[in-house]
This record gives sequence, C-alpha cells and structure tokens, in this order.
Amino acid sequence: MKIALLELRRRPGRFLMAAVIMTLIAILLMFLGGLLDGLIKSSTGAIRAQDGQALVYSQTSEASLLRSRIEPALRAAVEDVDGVERAGGLGVVQLGARVPGKGPRDLAGVALFGFEIPPKGVPDVPPRGTAYADETLKSDGVEQDMTLLLGPARSPIQIVGFVSDTSFSGQGSLWASPETWRQVLGANRPDARLAENVFQALVVQGDEDVASRIDPATDGRTDSYTIEGAVNAIPGVESQRNTFNQILGVTIAIALVVIALFFALITVERTALYGVLKALGGRSRTIFAGLVTQAVVVTLIAAAIAGSAVLVLDAVIPAGSIPLDISLGRIAISVVLLLAAAVVGCGFSLRRVLRVDPASAIGRGS
Amino acid sequence: MNALELTDVRKVYPVGDSEVVALDHASLTLGQNEILALVGPSGSGKTTLLSIAGGILSPSSGKVVVGGEDISDYSNGQLTRFRQEKVGFVFQSVNLVPFLTAAENLFVVDELGPRTGKPARATAGKLLDELGLAERTKNLPSQLSGGERQRVAIGRALMNDPDLVLFDEPTSALDTGLGAQVMELIRSEMKQRGISAIVVTHDPRITEYCDRTVQIVDGELSA
Repeated sequence: MKIALLELRRRPGRFLMAAVIMTLIAILLMFLGGLLDGLIKSSTGAIRAQDGQALVYSQTSEASLLRSRIEPALRAAVEDVDGVERAGGLGVVQLGARVPGKGPRDLAGVALFGFEIPPKGVPDVPPRGTAYADETLKSDGVEQDMTLLLGPARSPIQIVGFVSDTSFSGQGSLWASPETWRQVLGANRPDARLAENVFQALVVQGDEDVASRIDPATDGRTDSYTIEGAVNAIPGVESQRNTFNQILGVTIAIALVVIALFFALITVERTALYGVLKALGGRSRTIFAGLVTQAVVVTLIAAAIAGSAVLVLDAVIPAGSIPLDISLGRIAISVVLLLAAAVVGCGFSLRRVLRVDPASAIGRGS
Repeated sequence: MNALELTDVRKVYPVGDSEVVALDHASLTLGQNEILALVGPSGSGKTTLLSIAGGILSPSSGKVVVGGEDISDYSNGQLTRFRQEKVGFVFQSVNLVPFLTAAENLFVVDELGPRTGKPARATAGKLLDELGLAERTKNLPSQLSGGERQRVAIGRALMNDPDLVLFDEPTSALDTGLGAQVMELIRSEMKQRGISAIVVTHDPRITEYCDRTVQIVDGELSA
C-alpha cells in the first residue's frame, strides 16, 4: 500500500488524466445533486413547513391543493376523528406579483397561502392585507414593509417579515391570514373563488398515526397524508426525483467505467512490475489493495476539488436565480458513491492482477 | 544441511494435445555457501529450474528441498510465504521499482512480506552501506549507473536473509568490465554471508566466479 502511495506522490502525472476526469464527473454529480435538492426544496418547502402530523385533501384531489376542497362539514368530520387535536385550514393561490421598482411586466411568481395554523418559522397569523414572505423573494427585490400588487386585480399585500425554506412549486411563498388569501383569490381567480370557511386542505395536529385514521373515518371523502407523505405526493416531485436520480446513476456508472478503464490500463502496463513483486513474495491481495488505494486516493482528491468548486459555485451564483441547494450531506453522499464506484471499478482489474505469473519475472530481459 | 536438493524433478507444460518437457528428471544438490553456475542455451530449461528452486513454479513430479524445507507440494500461498522468507532473486534486467529510491527498493521486500518496519529499514541501510551505496540511498534507479542498479538488486535479494539467492543472467545487460565487477561483488557478498547461490548464464566467463558449473540442455542436467 505504501508503494502505491509513493507512486502517486512520485508520479502524479500518471494519474492526472484520471484525476481530471473524475473531478469533472464529481462536479457534475454534486451539481446535479444540488439541483435536485434545490428543485425539491423549492417545490416542497411550504408543505414541509406545516406544523402538524397530517395534511388532508379532498377525495379526488390527488394531493393537489388547487384541486382540493374541504367543506365545513368535511372539516367537522375530520375534527371528530380519534386522535385529532386541532385542524387548521390551508389554501393557496399562485399569482404574479408586481414589485415596486421593477418594470410593469417584470412579475415575481408568488404563492399566497392563507393559513390557520402557522407553519414552522411563521410567528403568527398576520393582520389582514399583510403577509410574511419567503426569503427567496428577496432575489426578486422584495423587502420588508414593501407592498406587492398581486395578480390582475393588483391586490395589495404588505410584507411584514421573512421566513425561510417555504417555497412552493418553485415560487416564493407569501403567508397571510385566511381572509387575505380568500379576498385575493376571489379578486384574481373568480373561477376558483371559495365560499366562507371552505379551504383547500387541512393541517391536522394530533398523534403520530392520525393520518392513517382520517380517511376511514370520513368514508373515503378525504385523501390524507403524513407531512412527509404529502411532500412526496406533490404532483411532479416524485418524477423530478426519479429523473434526477437516474441521471445521477448514469453519472456514477460513467465514473465506474472511467476508473475501471484507467486502472485496467495501468494494470496492463504494470504486468512486468507485478510479476517482479509477486516473485519477491508479494501477494495478489497486497498488489490489488495498492491498486484500490490509488483509485480511492485519486477519487478523494477529485472529490475534494469538486466539492470545493461546487461550494464556490453555490456562493457565486445569486441566491434564487437557480434552484441550487448544495449541502455537505449531498457532497458526502456523492463522495461515498464515487468511492464505491472507484472500488467496484478497480474490481475489473482484479482478475488481471490474479493472473500475473511471478514466473514472468524470470528469464525476461529488459 | 544443503541449501538446495532437487531430486528427480520433472516439469511438463501442456501445449494443445501434447506436452513439452522443460525439465526432465533433474537432480541437483547445492551445498552450503556454494555458488553454482547453470549454463545452457536458450530454451534449455534454465529458467524453469530457477523458478522451481525459487518456489515460483511447482514441479510436475520430484522433490524440491530448500534450506531443509520440502516445498514440492506447497500451495501458491505457501510458496508466496516461502519466497518472502527463504530465497532472494536478482532478475535479468534488474527490475527495480522505478519510482522507489535505492533504499525503498530494498525496503519493498519488507513491505510485501513481514512488515517489520524499523528493523528492515536498518537492514536496508546496512546492506546499501556494505554494497558501497551509502551515498545513493535516496536516488531513484534512473539516477543510478548500471552497476549501481545491479548492486541495489543484490541488496534487495539479501534483504530477507535468504538461504538461497538466484541470479538470472546478472551480467547480461552489462559490458565485460562491469560484468566482471558485478560477479566479483556477487561472489564476495555470498561468501561473506555464507549464502548459496545459483547463477544462470550464457556467458562462460561467468563460470570462473562460481564454485561449480552445471550444464543444462533440453531439460537435462549434466555436470
């Protein structure tokens, strides 16, 4: 193993090409992972932030707030379910917002929520005509005490504070009282106007298993999820995640092939050296361990450079311009996957190492 | 106790449906502190005999005893351990590890085998000193002359304090003068340490430095 490390130190040029390719692959892997996390985060923040154990939609809504309607009678049925401590209405309307100082056509996409139970991070239900804004809206020029004009009706909403990680469908959210939401919805989406006390969904507080008891208790008139289940059920989230995971999988496969080809080539080049080492008493496993060590070190160096590059990219790219969320956890997962690919890739050279005959060292001139 | 005893050793390689006999009922005894020249033309079986004596190949039949240890039926794993502990090799083209210094090329024997660390480092330093390479310990093979490289290879062969050292055409890549110097060095080092050696060569002049010469032709030995 020490021999392998010395070769890396003394002949870095030999491993440069593999290191460069692995660095590019690692950057791609981490960046794509960051985009996936960013996309999911910006699509699901509002649901993840809900302070409850269940999110209840109406029966045929397919976990879509826009399709769901919770009438007062249905709400009462939910509130009567065993284990339900409190239920709060939730509704949303997605609109373009005119931001002061921006051009008339330079609209910021917003999702205005009306809520009864404040989501995590939202201190309280704000007064009528005001809202808390998600921090991502700062990139659109939104500031505290600013008044946004929402939708074609130009409904005024004054910003009274900011909350983080509550985006919805890739849009910054606004958190307002039910009355404010209902008024804005009615003024800007007359076709979707809702009667008093009708919400799109209910946030339910209760015991941990409450979500599983609601639908049977309402005779199937509801479609209930745990908060985590509701996040995954948001239309498009699962397909987004699957698509990205497939791209990430292909990227890992490419890393594996690169390592496999590179170290297969190195093994072929070193057949004579391995023959000598075996003749001197070197075991195949010792030689193979050296090969794996080199692959792991090259991968770690590539991952370290890539991790740093991606963190720099994350710092340089303006917040909110693209849905990029680079986390140390994502970088760590990428490193682990790349290391696994490196070890498996080296495995393709194992047979060749095993087949090196120590007798090849004898009777052979230079 | 003899350094090497080959008794009726045969080595047969299958080639298609037929067989090639590389070593045919070879018997050979090498005494303690004896240097033997093994001379023969290409394809005569020198390499096969050297490989069997060094535990690189197993014989098809017959008995191989090195330093009192019968290795005739050893498994690959046992032969690997045997090579780590009991024999030293000097290869035809020296075959030093190109990215390791002279000292590290000696130390590699410990890395591959027992991993004693510090004592092995001390042994490597001592050997290089005795071989006149004290000033060259940190040089890579590419920075050494042909003779120096050969001396490093000899040092590497002595690192595990072997019962037997096998030299595969040690002077083939050297000019006549340097070849003579290397053979003198081999003889003095082996005699000084009381180690037995087999020197495979094409060159009849090399035999002068050996105690005994054995000819091999078509896999058969003759004194």
